[in-house]
Amino acid sequence: MTTRFYEFKSFNLARWGIWSLFALVLIVVPLLFKSSLSVTMLSQMGIAIIACLSYNILLGQGGMLSFGHAVYTGLGSYMAIHALNAVAAGILPIPVSLVPLIGGFAGLGFALLLGFVTTRKSGTPFAMITLGMAELVFAMSLMFSEFFGGEAGVSSNRVSGQPFFGITFGPPLQVYYLIAAYTFVCVAAMYAFTRTPLGRILNAVRDNPERVEFIGYNTQRVRYMAFVISGFFAGVAGGLGSLLFEIVTAEVVGAGRSGAYLLFTFLGGATFFFGPILGAILMVLAFVLLSEFTKAWLLYLGLIFMFMVMYAPGGIASLVMMNLRVASFGKLRALWVSYLGLAVTALVVLLGAGAMIEMIYHLQLNAAVGDELNFMGIPLQASGLNSWVGSALVMLTGLGLFEVTRRQFKLQWGEIQTEIEKEIKSRETA
Amino acid sequence: MVNASGSAYALELRDLRKSFGKTEIIRGASLAVAAGERVAIIGPNGAGKSTLFNLISGRFEPTSGDILLNGERINGKKPFEINRMGLSRSFQITNIFPKLSVFENLRCGVLWSLGYKYTFLKFLADLDDANERALQLMHMIKLDKKRDVLGMNLTYAEQRALEIGITIAGGANVILLDEPTAGMSRSETTRFISLIKEVTIGKTLLTVEHDMGVVFGLADKIAVVVYGEVLAFDTPDAVRANAKVQEAYLGSAVADAQAGVH
Repeated sequence: MTTRFYEFKSFNLARWGIWSLFALVLIVVPLLFKSSLSVTMLSQMGIAIIACLSYNILLGQGGMLSFGHAVYTGLGSYMAIHALNAVAAGILPIPVSLVPLIGGFAGLGFALLLGFVTTRKSGTPFAMITLGMAELVFAMSLMFSEFFGGEAGVSSNRVSGQPFFGITFGPPLQVYYLIAAYTFVCVAAMYAFTRTPLGRILNAVRDNPERVEFIGYNTQRVRYMAFVISGFFAGVAGGLGSLLFEIVTAEVVGAGRSGAYLLFTFLGGATFFFGPILGAILMVLAFVLLSEFTKAWLLYLGLIFMFMVMYAPGGIASLVMMNLRVASFGKLRALWVSYLGLAVTALVVLLGAGAMIEMIYHLQLNAAVGDELNFMGIPLQASGLNSWVGSALVMLTGLGLFEVTRRQFKLQWGEIQTEIEKEIKSRETA
Repeated sequence: MVNASGSAYALELRDLRKSFGKTEIIRGASLAVAAGERVAIIGPNGAGKSTLFNLISGRFEPTSGDILLNGERINGKKPFEINRMGLSRSFQITNIFPKLSVFENLRCGVLWSLGYKYTFLKFLADLDDANERALQLMHMIKLDKKRDVLGMNLTYAEQRALEIGITIAGGANVILLDEPTAGMSRSETTRFISLIKEVTIGKTLLTVEHDMGVVFGLADKIAVVVYGEVLAFDTPDAVRANAKVQEAYLGSAVADAQAGVH
């Protein structure tokens, strides 16, 4: 009988392969992207991965829509930066590399305290209470300026204490590797959590809380425990942020930050474990690169989010998994043309819409420098009729073509799915 | 066997009452079910059968009266507490974990009773007893081949079977089944009833059932519930002969069933 469980066992070859690959990527990536900007971005990605995965313990695994996750990352950041200052002052005798754990325990402590109230409810009341908690903590950040540092925030210096084998955490690369190590351990720990009895019962609570009460579990207790675990990892992420930036301001507990965790966890895909990892990488790319590229970046982000909610509610991860399934039946090749068509027509829509958005932003913000602007190498007149009609025409044409290709694609996709179903059936009977 | 509180029964209701607002739905129901008995609860629509189940399983709290499970008073206890004391129930409307596989559904059902509780320091994969028990259950409810199919992708009859599987998974000795065959075809019902008989051997079973043929085939005893009271509680033959019951409720249904059985 035992051989039948083999595939569930915690040790197997494919899993070892994936985790080794993950470790390898974490080690090698900063050797490929060497600029100081990319090392900072990679560090931020590591932190965002931990934060989004910790958020997904609530959203994806527990069905708890929290609007206040930044409370736990943010308070973790504050405790960590105060700890860092205490280390520098010689009060706290711990190495700098352990400071993120202080953030983690802070997150855990606040989750124990605040989560006791929030997790008494589920569903919409839960969401409301988290929103209230977030506002409460943000308001407190303005009230207690000794702890939160007021407008200027709290700053520190991570080059404190005794260097350990010559590691001072002065150079950004050293900080990156510290963050990478934490990222690896935290991702592994959070993955392991999904394979434990509590992790599975948490899924059951997400699916059908009422039924869980009738198989012996207190759903409130399950939610609370998951909330506290999530708070711990959120705090670790916050603590790492303090080490990276050496400054913490009140925005880290703000609603904007909480919203970003929600948005990018969803974009990456809450239904698969690795979804939030993709989301976290996108988050950093959007915040650092897209914001450089255009002033209207939040607007584009909002559009993408809406589009995903409507057409791909499972996020990028579910798109990846659906296509992998098609590929495993050797049918992906048939879809290439459609994908190319979808991509090209979507780009045309984006080009038209983007031109108009940029013209509006130009009129509102840069009107003083004149009427002309350059959009992807195309000269536009922000108040000229030609530019507007042209952009609108491009967008509408794109929309029409996109809709045609989308319908075609939908049909083709449906056919392929039925073919796959048939093949599965015939395999079962064979 | 007589327990401390003086009840020799697996499940006992004493003058149980439940009001919603001013309306009294259960009006002094009393019932005593011995261990190992199979009891069918019948009665017209709105008689309070489902409410009775909801009171016993802890979904609602009784207004007055007592519920004793293996001699212990369970009024006002939470569903999970009652479940831990050895009572498990199924639902009229299928109530499974739709996004978990058949195997995972069943494994969730066995975890508490095997003592794993809220642990997050052990891997599910290493819990050989839980995995073995889940596989056994899967075999019992004949869903071996659907092991990795998500609950929501099963057929209706399969979902009903899974519902029973989750209900018996924890090894409770008192089982409540709320209309287990609702919405099934005749042939499915017959198969399903033999499945229920099989998986509840040695357990105390209470089931709400509308199909009279099923009732007379499955039950050792029948409880007739009318207007929130237990009008009669006896063997099928005695209930059939009971004039009060015939007058209040059964009438043509008994005649139909007799015609069907004989």
